[in-house]
Amino acid sequence: MHEFSVCIALMQQVQQIAREHGAGRVERIRLQVGPLSGVEAPLLQHAWPLAAAGTLAEDAELVIESAPIRVQCSQCGAETEASANRLLCGACGDFRTRLVSGDEMLLADLELSHIDQQRAQ
Amino acid sequence: MCDTCGCNITPGNEHLVQPGGRLARTGDGREAVTVLKSLLSENDHQASHNRDHFDRHGVLAINLMSSPGAGKTRLLEATIDALGDEFSIAVVEGDLETENDAERIRARGVEAVQIATGSACHLDAHMVHDALHRLDLDGVDILFIENVGNLVCPASFDLGQHRNITLLSVPEGDDKPSKYPVMFRAADLVLLTKTDLLPYLGDFDPQRAERCLRQLASEAPLLALSATSGEALEDWFGWLRGELRAQQERRDRGETARPRIQPDGARLHADMHSGHHHQHHHGDAASGGS
Repeated sequence: MHEFSVCIALMQQVQQIAREHGAGRVERIRLQVGPLSGVEAPLLQHAWPLAAAGTLAEDAELVIESAPIRVQCSQCGAETEASANRLLCGACGDFRTRLVSGDEMLLADLELSHIDQQRAQ
Repeated sequence: MCDTCGCNITPGNEHLVQPGGRLARTGDGREAVTVLKSLLSENDHQASHNRDHFDRHGVLAINLMSSPGAGKTRLLEATIDALGDEFSIAVVEGDLETENDAERIRARGVEAVQIATGSACHLDAHMVHDALHRLDLDGVDILFIENVGNLVCPASFDLGQHRNITLLSVPEGDDKPSKYPVMFRAADLVLLTKTDLLPYLGDFDPQRAERCLRQLASEAPLLALSATSGEALEDWFGWLRGELRAQQERRDRGETARPRIQPDGARLHADMHSGHHHQHHHGDAASGGS
């Protein structure tokens, strides 16, 4: 639902970084989007072409990686895998856990090409 | 901020920055740029600005989230009726269309600004910032931001608030926290509303609602109340008084507070400043530590 807003924000960041690096084209964009980020990767993929149309990232490959949901127990200290609506400790079952990964919503990195490279190709 | 000091590097992503530093070349000569920045960093930046604005005015800002029709405006009306003489309250209302909710609040003598989002399913920090230009915060103790009724999108956008409250009304069913984990995980307080309907909706089990909430590793208090019958409203007022006191104490110490759960960058940034990187647990935010 709000994935298009996220894509627009992403597009602005990508354009700014590309400009700062004097890039002519954005080739690849890598995101980290966890299951608990509140954003759905397939919806981002669908919204992306609309946000990127007519920009220097128009043909960029959008790669979305997802980290597993992992929690660390504040009682027994174990770090275990969990699911989105069951974040209990996998070892002792306690609910007092801290999320270690799974809620990321990050622009991880970009691959840029420069105008001179494009001319050379 | 986060994008330059590197504080958003976590055990999950640090491998990206180690070999080759922040800039590396790929095999085919393209330039690889490591960013590691929240997708919503522009929003988060504006949210920090809003939070500074609230703190400068000594205002406690609370974001109210729920499904449409869970009773957010009704709760505000009951709160204004009971505490209007004790505190100065202001309200920002978010809806897709109409001025209806702001009018209900103004009818009680409280200043209210309506944000009509058009088709947007959530408020963001920029919309709230624009609304603040239409609101005089001098002398205001508590600002309620009533988000767009929606259990999905509002959870992802920091507005600059100090606390998140999520309402769950009895007619919605007791398993809502399991169905919408991102939203309920974001709550510093969960209010079970419309308890006057419990006798008519026998399959709603308040204990099951609390179990679903705890399974999200949430230690947020859950208060059951009815704004219509007035049942248990005192518990809610007590929570509010405690939070306002805590905000005034933080302000005296030059500190601020964020909701318990915020997207990556903002949360790690806050940790960095409080000097206990990766050591926080859920109790910290409630005590105002981060």
